[in-house]
Amino acid sequence: MTQLPSWAEWLVSSLIIIGALFALVGSIGLARLPDFMARLHAPTKSTTLGVGGVILGSIVYFSVSSTLSFHELLITIFLFLTAPISAHLLAKAGLHLELRRVENTRDLRGQPRQYSDEDD
Amino acid sequence: MLNKVLPAPFLSLFLLVFWLLLQNTISAGLLILGVILAILIPLYTNRGRDFPATIHRPFKVVEYFVLLLIDILISNLNIAAIILMPSRKIKPALIEYPLDIVGEVPITVLASTISLTPGTITAEIRRDGRALLIHALNVNDPEKLIESIKQRYEMRLKEIFKC
Repeated sequence: MTQLPSWAEWLVSSLIIIGALFALVGSIGLARLPDFMARLHAPTKSTTLGVGGVILGSIVYFSVSSTLSFHELLITIFLFLTAPISAHLLAKAGLHLELRRVENTRDLRGQPRQYSDEDD
Repeated sequence: MLNKVLPAPFLSLFLLVFWLLLQNTISAGLLILGVILAILIPLYTNRGRDFPATIHRPFKVVEYFVLLLIDILISNLNIAAIILMPSRKIKPALIEYPLDIVGEVPITVLASTISLTPGTITAEIRRDGRALLIHALNVNDPEKLIESIKQRYEMRLKEIFKC
């Protein structure tokens, strides 16, 4: 364990705390938003920044304490590629199973059948 | 000639950067091995690519990526504010988004962008492939949302892919 200069210590700890806060907010959202589709929004968004903050902290820590380190960025790339796809699959499943939606959801589909898998 | 050796220049560049990030160091040997891999892998996998997409404006891609990063940051703050709001008065909506762009890759990029940015998730594509179904978490004016997505992302993608 190497001793970091104090500016780096402050930077790293605040980045990790910011990341952890966003992860916490995402989890709270998962628990308290009203229906399936709304719940989907919380983890897909807030976790991106949550993980991002922790990763930035890690990059700063290892770059200052030993050599320049960027391979944490790979995690971000994977996350950006996979988060929308998993969100899309979950949303699609929720749509086709016609899960209960909160009553003030406005359905603006012109022809809902155009989005279903059923045969005509 | 260049097309024969590098059928997908951006994929090659991506693989090289990826390789160097994985190794987390730069040395001559690693760089040479990376270049060899970045040339061989696209040559081998090129037969399987049935989705031709050409990037016409490489610099616009960088601009698009920076814009996306900023928007993701704002989106996170927005969602956090909605979640932590004491009342639960959100106005969700299922919105039909008419597409102007064509092609599998541009539409996929646009759909992923929508899923990553402020309170919107792409749920489904219409059977004829000309519209996306978006679930928005909290929206007052659906028309304005559609307009802003068109202005911010779709126009730029149109320029990048020329479609």
